[in-house]
Amino acid sequence: MEKKLEDIVWEKVQLARHNKRPTARTLINYLFSEFTELHGDRLYADDRSILAGIAFLEATPVTVIAQEKGVSTKEKIEHNFGMPHPEGYRKALRLMKQAEKFKRPIILIIDTPGAYPGVGAEERGQASAIAVNLAEMAGLRVPMLAIVLGEGGSGGALAIGVADETWMFENAIYAILSPEGFASILYKDVFLAKYAASVMKLTADDLHSFGIVDLIVPEVEGGLHLNAEYSFSFLKERLIEKVAELKAADMDELLAKRYLKFRKMGAYEEKSR
Amino acid sequence: MNNFFDERKAKLEIYQKNYRGKKEEVEKLTIPDDIFIKCPHCQGLVIKDDYELKFRVCPKCQYHERLNPRERIEISCDSFEELYSDMKSVNPLDFPGYPEKLAGYRDETGEEEACVTGIGTLGEYRIALAVLNSFFMMGSMGSVVGEKITRLVEKALSERMPLLIFSASGGARMQEGIFSLMQMAKTAAALKKFSDAGLLYISVLTNPTTGGVLASFAFLGDVIIAEPGALIGFAGKRVIQQTIKQELPPNFQSAEFQLEKGFVDMVVSRGRLREVILRLLRLHEVEKWKRN
Ligand SMILES: [Zn+2]
Repeated sequence: MEKKLEDIVWEKVQLARHNKRPTARTLINYLFSEFTELHGDRLYADDRSILAGIAFLEATPVTVIAQEKGVSTKEKIEHNFGMPHPEGYRKALRLMKQAEKFKRPIILIIDTPGAYPGVGAEERGQASAIAVNLAEMAGLRVPMLAIVLGEGGSGGALAIGVADETWMFENAIYAILSPEGFASILYKDVFLAKYAASVMKLTADDLHSFGIVDLIVPEVEGGLHLNAEYSFSFLKERLIEKVAELKAADMDELLAKRYLKFRKMGAYEEKSR
Repeated sequence: MNNFFDERKAKLEIYQKNYRGKKEEVEKLTIPDDIFIKCPHCQGLVIKDDYELKFRVCPKCQYHERLNPRERIEISCDSFEELYSDMKSVNPLDFPGYPEKLAGYRDETGEEEACVTGIGTLGEYRIALAVLNSFFMMGSMGSVVGEKITRLVEKALSERMPLLIFSASGGARMQEGIFSLMQMAKTAAALKKFSDAGLLYISVLTNPTTGGVLASFAFLGDVIIAEPGALIGFAGKRVIQQTIKQELPPNFQSAEFQLEKGFVDMVVSRGRLREVILRLLRLHEVEKWKRN
């Protein structure tokens, strides 16, 4: 029984990272038209691990901010395997502020093993970039919807994940850290990643049961790469409805709801209550 | 609690009378062995009373030893009233071994969790104060730490008080998984409201402040102060080394490194912290506490 759970969860981890799993660019091309990529954080560089721009969702202009892993080896290197540097998070924030100015809803697509751990990333303030995004996103006066497509790894995922709704593909994972990182920190053994994954509660079902994920996008047996159309069409239909609904909502109410959504997260006991 | 502070003040006065400006002289005195201690950093012999009264800063190498929250509060405030102290961690992921681990740290530290929160007075000011405890599971942020910080921020907001947080944390509480991650968003959202209300948040980064704590509330201060030599960084040095396969620069992720790169406003030694915080409160024209 124990063994079986380990296998089920590990299969999801592998599907979430599958070499043939569609990346953000494919999803963007399916969901939106006239996607117009915008580059750079206006401070330092253009981080290609963040693919962002403006597009139409049917007739509604939206800002799209995604983590792109790349498909070919060459692309993967260009996109740094979907691991942003601080300039990536700052580009994301710049375009989110732009969306706020032009009152465009923001669609965020999460697919990253985590924020890049490197010397340059630390020198340019990885932690600061993430912290600032978390705070600013809580207060942006436009509807925001986050979709976890593949991997949602740690603060590097959350830094573009504070939104009114969080949706998640059935075989995506979303966790405090990659199972490998988790195993290496907690058990000092990276080879215990499979076991770690089974106790981390990182599947879409787990997160849905915790109230952290609002909607699960179903995938066909065997994973998204076998029939992306099935999942993408489901997502597009819901997305159009949801964006219309969020756009019609009163912004102050929406912000209060967004605050409450994250405010409620956590589990603890208190004698006096 | 009050006796505690009175005692402390008396000690400080003696120290100021006897030792201040007379360091050289003091060191020349012949004193029995048991009044020396070894600095945990430079291994140098230092006078115990001197070391203690300098808030555990080595007079030889300026090493700032880690303090627990009670010690930190003792040297930072004149009085302190603790809040939310009976909040207890649970095991939301049913993570194997987590309750036992918590129980062990509760026994070891005498604290319920890795963060102490409350209202303190400092000179003429009333401040909302949180201190993380690096001796309790490395000061990691789980639901309780996130909730205590958030409640304190909300209280400070509703009573329009300045906020002072001493961070000391290895980052996220792994055993609470995604719940731990979400505390980053929760605390940051509360601080956004607090900031929008025009209120002052002073964040003090002490050794160590890393990971998810740094990447949320710790780095959101209006003024960010670091203690000398503190380790401050996002990713673990080991992880970075494994990724880049190169040696790291010598002062990498130190308080001084963060100052040089522009991510902290100042590096302030422990002995001067109180004075600097008081000055910041004055410069922000924080309303004085009305004693009645
Ligand atoms: Zn020393």
